[in-house]
Amino acid sequence: MKRRDFLKTATAGALAAGGGLAAPSLALAADAKLLRFVPQANLANLDPIWTSQYVVRNASLLFWEQLYGVDANLTPRPQMAEGHEVTPDFKTWTFKLRTGLKWHDGTPVLARDAAASVKRWLFRDTMGAMIRAQLDAVEVIDDRSFRIRLNKPFTKMLFALGKASTPACFIMPERIANTDPFKQISEYVGSGPMRFKQDEWIPGSKAVFTKFTDYVPRAEAASWLAGGRRMYFDRIEWQILPDPGTASAALQNGEVDWWETPLPDLVPLLSKNKNIKVDIADPLGNIGSFRMNHLHPPFNDVRARRAVQIAMSQSDYMRAVVGDDESLWKELPGYFTPGTPLYTEAGGEPLKGKRDYEAAKKLLAEAGYNGEKVVLLVATDVGITKSEGDVTADLLKKIGMNVDYQALDWGTVGQRRAKKDPPSQGGWNIFHTWHAGADCINPAPYVALDASGDTAWFGWPKSDEVQSKIAEWYAAPNLAAEKQAAIEINKASMDFVTYLPTGFFQMKQAWRSDISGVVKAPFPVFWDVKKA
Amino acid sequence: MFAYIVRRVLATIPVMLIVALFVFSLLYIAPGDPAAIIAGDQATPQDVERIRASLGLDRPFVIRFGEWLWHVAHGDLGVSIFTNLPVTHMIAQRIEPTLSLMLLTVVLSLLVAIPMGVIAAWKHGTWIDRLVMIMAVAGFSVPVFVVGYVLAYTFALQLDVLPVQGYTPIANGIGPWLRNLVLPAVTLGSAFIALIARITRATMLEVLNQDYVRTAKSKGVDQHAILFVHALKNAAVPIVTIIGLGVAGLIGGAVVTESVFAIPGVGRLVVDAILRRDYPVIQGVVLMFSFVYVLVNLCVDLLYTVFDPRIRY
Repeated sequence: MKRRDFLKTATAGALAAGGGLAAPSLALAADAKLLRFVPQANLANLDPIWTSQYVVRNASLLFWEQLYGVDANLTPRPQMAEGHEVTPDFKTWTFKLRTGLKWHDGTPVLARDAAASVKRWLFRDTMGAMIRAQLDAVEVIDDRSFRIRLNKPFTKMLFALGKASTPACFIMPERIANTDPFKQISEYVGSGPMRFKQDEWIPGSKAVFTKFTDYVPRAEAASWLAGGRRMYFDRIEWQILPDPGTASAALQNGEVDWWETPLPDLVPLLSKNKNIKVDIADPLGNIGSFRMNHLHPPFNDVRARRAVQIAMSQSDYMRAVVGDDESLWKELPGYFTPGTPLYTEAGGEPLKGKRDYEAAKKLLAEAGYNGEKVVLLVATDVGITKSEGDVTADLLKKIGMNVDYQALDWGTVGQRRAKKDPPSQGGWNIFHTWHAGADCINPAPYVALDASGDTAWFGWPKSDEVQSKIAEWYAAPNLAAEKQAAIEINKASMDFVTYLPTGFFQMKQAWRSDISGVVKAPFPVFWDVKKA
Repeated sequence: MFAYIVRRVLATIPVMLIVALFVFSLLYIAPGDPAAIIAGDQATPQDVERIRASLGLDRPFVIRFGEWLWHVAHGDLGVSIFTNLPVTHMIAQRIEPTLSLMLLTVVLSLLVAIPMGVIAAWKHGTWIDRLVMIMAVAGFSVPVFVVGYVLAYTFALQLDVLPVQGYTPIANGIGPWLRNLVLPAVTLGSAFIALIARITRATMLEVLNQDYVRTAKSKGVDQHAILFVHALKNAAVPIVTIIGLGVAGLIGGAVVTESVFAIPGVGRLVVDAILRRDYPVIQGVVLMFSFVYVLVNLCVDLLYTVFDPRIRY
């Protein structure tokens, strides 16, 4: 007997003596109807309107649906809707629900549910706010139809209702949708292909979804959020494994089937395992962000922002964040997601070519910078922001800035970045984050591009020029006009330095090789996934 | 004795009040904002402010503390900001794995550490003594998470005899329950075993030099009886003290161990709550831990009277 066999037998025997080793987890592993999934983060709540966390959106996609859903070409297709009619002036949109829709409590989905859900969503979404600003009414016509009446044309309604970026417009029963949009719901009755098992939910550990047998998928083939959502699992368990080492070991050991976001450092190890497949998770990737505070010196002066722009090396950032595998990242002299229709590098020259520290120093001097402390907030508990922060500290020192590197956790950065006070009084000059590429495909979900001043995202950039170009995009009647508007937005934003992209990067996902049907998308797509 | 127990239990009330005030104050002055986390990275500052107001986080300290205290006095620890679930429900969901882990760790530690310490004292100065001390130093020195990873790598990934992570409730059978808990208990117990083994050895060395032990030896009393009946009982008071103090260390270690082995216990609950600034959960769990700790110390004090009849309260 080999040593390993002896140890296996001895340990198993000792444990069996303790009460009989039924090994139910092994039995479950053999069950092709069970999928064990490790999500990107803890699922702490399930209200996708109240919070804009991606993990909540991803879970919601299993048991709630939208009227429309974007496909892999980013085109909105009907999902709960059978179709729509719109008046030629784009002011009145009428929607009809498809037949056979049922809530998980067995009652039919009605137009009044959809109308109430749309109303709640309008209060929490950027595009929703634009619709609300020109809204006359959301009216129920009959059990299957409702309309949205506006006092100005709005051409992008289908994208607004079908977009995946958070908060997405999920349809809930009227009684739930009537909840204050700033308060959390406590009932989770959906109409999607899976039910949420509230009685088995242990926040921070496990969330369980079981198949909704009355669900009728659309006839078309599935493509991201569009088409038929055919489920091949009776039960999907989300297992929250916050420690990447544990998640990696669990996947290698066959204790979980699919890990959404493996740590880049662990990808080579997983790739070597013949029982595991590894591939790009989200083709739209992410855009790293160097966010400056436009309210206080030195970055209230565009010359100081441009100084960093001409000195910054995006490849330094990307190597620190993702590593040396250049298939996973690229430099990004633009603001929109590479590979999508609006992507452009127009105006991106300052981010290209040789980095010029001397010119940067000169610009800083012209901006009146004289060695004052620059407060850099770094969330050290998040790998990406920690890496970005370290590169920034080094960069700023090279161009002669006096860096006050403040190592914090993400929760504290979240609070500090909202402060408009001067940096010397608890405010800040720079923080880092990243934006999902799916949120950067056009200006609508792209809050970081907004330059409206007080109402803009953290850093509060104010540029009438940028805002007028964004307005041109909203008014664009077709794709050609949208592309032209995007070029102008990119040029204006690069010139104004609304924020600095640190590069474009992609992450990988990993799954056991007996799983098939995993697709690349900005969110985990569970329909059409099977287990051998 | 009964009056003493009642007095001690009543004394926990002011202790808990001080803990409550301390924890609440600490969280109030600590940076971090749950509203910003809830709103997510894409939210505008206005959205964050409205969520903060809807959660009541913009109200003065005194009002929030007073309300919370009033609810606690009525057995209500509040509702989690993030999950919208009662804190008592969340703790109840998590208490079994943590108690199981701690119980198994304590039992395992006592079964291993006390014989180790006794034998090391008995074989004082020999290679056995040195081996035990080397193991004790290693147990102290190697961080819990390193022990955890090494054990998981060896017994789960290489030998494939135990799972990497997870927890099976005891209601599903002792075997599966034990299967999930063996590695975490050994991990968590590594430092605890080292602590108890060292204290046992030191105390036993002192006791073994007492006159009555020499007398027993000269009377020809069996070596095992001398060690485990006469000497160990007299060495028990400091050992029990250390075990009681060590429970606090176990609570801290459980936080790390539960994270490494993905055990859905109270330790992980509090870590998640701290990272998200889920104030009601943090306050509830810390209050519960402090109550448990006070009770453990009470038990230790009562055990003194068992091991040393001269002690009376």
